[in-house]
Amino acid sequence: MNNSEREKTVREPLFHIEKRGDISRKKGLLIRGIAILAALIVSGVFSAILLKGNPFVFYEKIIDGAVGTERRIWNLLRETALLLGVALAIVPAFKMKFWNLGGNGQVLVGCLATTACMFYFGGKVPLGLLIVFMMLAGVIAGAIWALIPAIFKAQWKTNESLFTLMMNYIAEGLVAFFLTIWVKTGSGVLNPMRDYKVPEVINSSFIPIIVIVLLTAAMYIYLKYSKQGYEISVVGESENTARYVGINVKKVVIRTLIISGAICGLVGFLLSGAIHGTVSKATHGGMGFTAIMVAWLAKFNPLIMAGTSFFVVFLERGVAEASSYFGVTNTAFPDIVTSIIFFFIIGCEFFIQYRLRFRAKKKSGIAAEKTVVKAEKKDSVEVSEESDDSAKAKKEDKA
Amino acid sequence: MVFIIGAISIGITFLYGCIGEILTEKSGHLNLGIPGIMTFGAAGGCVGVSLYMGGLSDPNNASWFFLILFSILTAALFAAALGAIYSFLTVSLRANQNITGLAITTFGVGLSMFLMESTVDKTYFAKASTYFVKSLPFAEKLGWFGELFLSHGVLVYLAITLALLMAWVLNKTRVGLHLRAVGENPATADAAGINVTVYKYVATCTGSAIAGVGGLFYVMDYLNGSWEYGIEAMGWLAIALVIFTMWRPNLSILGSFLFGGLYIAAEFIVGASSSQKELLKLLPYVVTIVVLIITSVLDSKENQPPAALGLSYFREER
Repeated sequence: MNNSEREKTVREPLFHIEKRGDISRKKGLLIRGIAILAALIVSGVFSAILLKGNPFVFYEKIIDGAVGTERRIWNLLRETALLLGVALAIVPAFKMKFWNLGGNGQVLVGCLATTACMFYFGGKVPLGLLIVFMMLAGVIAGAIWALIPAIFKAQWKTNESLFTLMMNYIAEGLVAFFLTIWVKTGSGVLNPMRDYKVPEVINSSFIPIIVIVLLTAAMYIYLKYSKQGYEISVVGESENTARYVGINVKKVVIRTLIISGAICGLVGFLLSGAIHGTVSKATHGGMGFTAIMVAWLAKFNPLIMAGTSFFVVFLERGVAEASSYFGVTNTAFPDIVTSIIFFFIIGCEFFIQYRLRFRAKKKSGIAAEKTVVKAEKKDSVEVSEESDDSAKAKKEDKA
Repeated sequence: MVFIIGAISIGITFLYGCIGEILTEKSGHLNLGIPGIMTFGAAGGCVGVSLYMGGLSDPNNASWFFLILFSILTAALFAAALGAIYSFLTVSLRANQNITGLAITTFGVGLSMFLMESTVDKTYFAKASTYFVKSLPFAEKLGWFGELFLSHGVLVYLAITLALLMAWVLNKTRVGLHLRAVGENPATADAAGINVTVYKYVATCTGSAIAGVGGLFYVMDYLNGSWEYGIEAMGWLAIALVIFTMWRPNLSILGSFLFGGLYIAAEFIVGASSSQKELLKLLPYVVTIVVLIITSVLDSKENQPPAALGLSYFREER
């Protein structure tokens, strides 16, 4: 850092950004840990201000809301499993840099196909066979929903993020369409078909959880040890390289998206066939979007994703209970708190990839550690928190 | 006639979102947070309306000009605040734009939900809405011409003016040239002495503010002052409209009316059963997909997105 040697007439910026070569695992984890902690503090204080309550009570209610009773623990595990399922579906596509924003739609057509089987074949075929039908229908429907944009992406490079987004709305519209046909009363609400659901073991949450646990292990092995998994990461890194080494990129895109959609369809089958016994426009619960962030936080590692989806669901459920304790019953607060946490974690990636070097103080000639970073009000805590952190990282460098 | 007026009316919501997003994308940033930003802008506008109406001694005696000005300002301010968070994360911290956008959408919708259902006083919304939809004074005297072109609320004309203005700025002025340079190749723009960061920030925040006014329009003009979460779906369609109109603000005026027509077509087809109507409601989404496919198959040089769209810029990177 030779700032002090430069001429005084040159106006130096307050700090200088440079790319880190490599960062130790420990330091990376430390930065992320600090970001999450800061996020929890900010979102707690933010919520406390909006709800006019005590932040400590708010934290207490979050924990109580997530794991306070046995039922809540089961729900927590089940929602974690489902979200993890969608995230597992998203991962192969995203590793390939295929922006599949259509998780919601792919899950929903899975739900729809499963429910259609229950509606038309329920009671006419033995339950065992029905369940096989339901599962196949769900998986195939999900796969088709992802396959359509994949074909166009592979053939003509059609923008997949908007394509899959539109497919979400088409899926929702189809659900509304079938509900007007199935429900004669016109209420648009299909009563749960309890007799045709997957039989319960312990409770309706257990089987979905087991299915997703197995799926996680399978996806981990597929991505890490199979040839196809390797092809996915090569295509994601560079399509030209992939072509050069003789990988058929189109084939990989289409095959991967079939897998992606099929897993979404499977989650749809679990949602409608094993848990709800029915379908509505909102059955997907917005998991397609949340799953993207869950997968991204875990750097697309299926095992770490189990942790991140648990974290996200824990907060969502906990905050829902906590905010209803303070008299707000809608989903506003889970949304607000999870997105604040996402902001912090997204933002902290910068400090993992880059390092800030602050302008040296002219008089002392020693690099100054302290700085004032101007930012908008809302982000000010974030920035100062994280610049402290980068300062810490710098000290470690010197040591 | 009613159909065309309806199409224009809903189309304007798309138009605001679309030109806001065009401005942002021209700087090289794909803002998927627009749905959340529009929702939050709508909430901001509603806060403005309730503050203004609540502050008056006699709400029946509101001033048309100040009500509209104040609510547009609050809507733009709220939306720009979200835009600022987005640009801080994506421009300064170089975060992934898609992920950040999705998080912004969740945040905006969540925060609006809280604002609208817990704090904002909705008493005067219906009353305030009458000011927004107030048509030009001489519209009724001019027959069908007046009805078609002059019967709309003031925000409709503002949107069209903004779209034309943006087309002019982008294509005919130095600022527009610089902005396009930033979106096409930030390294070259930087070398030419253009302050890339400032252009990105200003374009994103201004674009967000415009989109936010679209949210206000949807609630106060199209829905006559009733609050609804449909704005999120509007936002996604607005983003699709950007591709449909090939990043051209002047084309987006026509495009938005067309989308508006598709959006309300289901209500105007006589004799359609409720299930057929559900299918007809899918039209705008299907058309968007068809357009996406056609533009990608044609793959012409002029109709491409800005070359650096979606990429973060770091000066020292080769």
